[in-house]
Amino acid sequence: MGKTLAEKILSEHADKEVKAGELVIVKVDVCLTQDGTGPLAVRQLQKLNMEKAANPDRTVLFLDHASPSPRRELSNDHMLLREFARKTGAQLSDIGDGVCHQVIFENYLNPGDVLIGADSHTCTGGAMCAFSTGMGSTDVAVGIALGKTWMKIPETFKIVVKGKFQKGVFSKDLILHIIGTIGADGATYKALEFCGETIENMPINERMTLSNMAVEAGAKAGLIASDDITKEFLISRGRGEKFREIKPDPDAEYEKELEFDVTNLEPTVSFPHTVDNTKPISQIKSVKIHQAYIGTCTNGRLEDLEIAAKILKGKKRHPDTRLIVVPASREIYKKALQKGILEILNDAGASINNPGCGPCVGVHQGVLGNGEACISSQNRNFKGRMGNPEGFIYLASPATVAASAIKGEIADPREFL
Amino acid sequence: MILKGKTWKFGDDISTDHIAPGRYFHLRSNLPELAKHVLEDADPEFAQKMNKGDFVVGGNNFGLGSSREHAPTIIKLAGVSAVLAKSFARIFFRNSINVGLPVIVCDTDKIDAGDELEVDLQKGTVYNKTKNITLTFPPLPKAMTNILNDGGLVAHLQKHGDFVID
Ligand code: SF4
Repeated sequence: MGKTLAEKILSEHADKEVKAGELVIVKVDVCLTQDGTGPLAVRQLQKLNMEKAANPDRTVLFLDHASPSPRRELSNDHMLLREFARKTGAQLSDIGDGVCHQVIFENYLNPGDVLIGADSHTCTGGAMCAFSTGMGSTDVAVGIALGKTWMKIPETFKIVVKGKFQKGVFSKDLILHIIGTIGADGATYKALEFCGETIENMPINERMTLSNMAVEAGAKAGLIASDDITKEFLISRGRGEKFREIKPDPDAEYEKELEFDVTNLEPTVSFPHTVDNTKPISQIKSVKIHQAYIGTCTNGRLEDLEIAAKILKGKKRHPDTRLIVVPASREIYKKALQKGILEILNDAGASINNPGCGPCVGVHQGVLGNGEACISSQNRNFKGRMGNPEGFIYLASPATVAASAIKGEIADPREFL
Repeated sequence: MILKGKTWKFGDDISTDHIAPGRYFHLRSNLPELAKHVLEDADPEFAQKMNKGDFVVGGNNFGLGSSREHAPTIIKLAGVSAVLAKSFARIFFRNSINVGLPVIVCDTDKIDAGDELEVDLQKGTVYNKTKNITLTFPPLPKAMTNILNDGGLVAHLQKHGDFVID
């Protein structure tokens, strides 16, 4: 019987042929943890007397969530992680280097790898055709020390996408639309496999946005077959030799097959407080916006900043709407600087912060006031997410966020392109 | 062992941001303090009102969101004896087992706020004493039962030195 992408990658790592539903122990190639989950992981290893890393070169500790640290408690957490990296030889991605999922993708992850990360959006790595999944601190701690973990092989939903996006519509709109359709728990425990002509033609940054948000439908992974686009990306990162073409077998068994056509898809927005609470832009009327945020592991890439700059060029943010921009990594920051993108955004009135998670998780750099509304290119809008349960978060593409920053209310980016 | 306590009822889609809000990020290395804010964004007084041994009962997709293990950890630390829901988000479910917090999938429409429950983890039953009805729940996969029975993943590894999955 043929295999899905998940079955293929996990069979290689379990050293036997595995099928959906089986419980197995798998070898882990890459591990990541961040400053919100890492300290607990380190303490668990101390309890177990296992302060070591099985693969120090591919174990990465990120200081990205509270970065630079806004409080002494968090500074102490950072110290603990730096010390662990020193002791074990694990890699440290310090403040300003960027968001874990972006940096791991740029510098560490290859097709066919298994990556476990103490962060739920570790599923971003699915766009590399790596089996990447989020787990808790203890699971990842044990993965770091032993180089393995236990896992149930997930059933897979095949998501077939066809059609060409209209101008001003992006993979972010597609994934919001998909989650709005299947629900925030529509794919719990499942792997998603994104395929079809639209995905085959999609650049890597847009693929990452799809995989990134797989967990918002409850999924364990969001996989995309590796192809020439993956190969080009690896070559551009100096890892061309790591390319492997991995495709699902034609007779693979899927639990479900869903089809989406993007031809008439509109810019789409998730309303507070759940990601599946989506509306097409044509149905949205005068929602006043106080803060607009472009950044995060979902949409803080060069292409995202580029489209925002295209919309904001020569314009100003609305006087009642503050605009925050956070490039997802140091690399992206540098390229955006070189290309003049940051200058355009700065002239438009943006506050440009250092690479990292920025205000996404409510620690710093843009906490909402009572009753305020934010439109963000991030991936979740749960109550309290941006540091205040009295705030309201709307999710959209960077283009929609940029258009809304100009108008001061949720706006259609197609008017500006 | 039979767990006994009173029900605190919550709705669908209780996220890890409701359970362990991001604005308390700096308390993640101070779990007893963080536990004072458990479920604060779903019910601001929950931590003050509840008693040791009580149950948290949710609807669909309990624990969705981030991978923060601090969420089930502080539910347990607050003294909650188990979480019952119609369904759980994947990472939260696995984290709960890893920290030794029982998580039970059952028809929570049949449980109301304040109901007295008796949960038998071995038999897989929830006796709703207030309503005099018994709900059943499926056993966990063997790998998870092993970890939960040992008191969590750290204790499991201290005991066996490796995963015991069958
Ligand atoms: S950018 Fe937001 S969603 Fe992404 S890793 Fe950081 S906090 Fe999590």
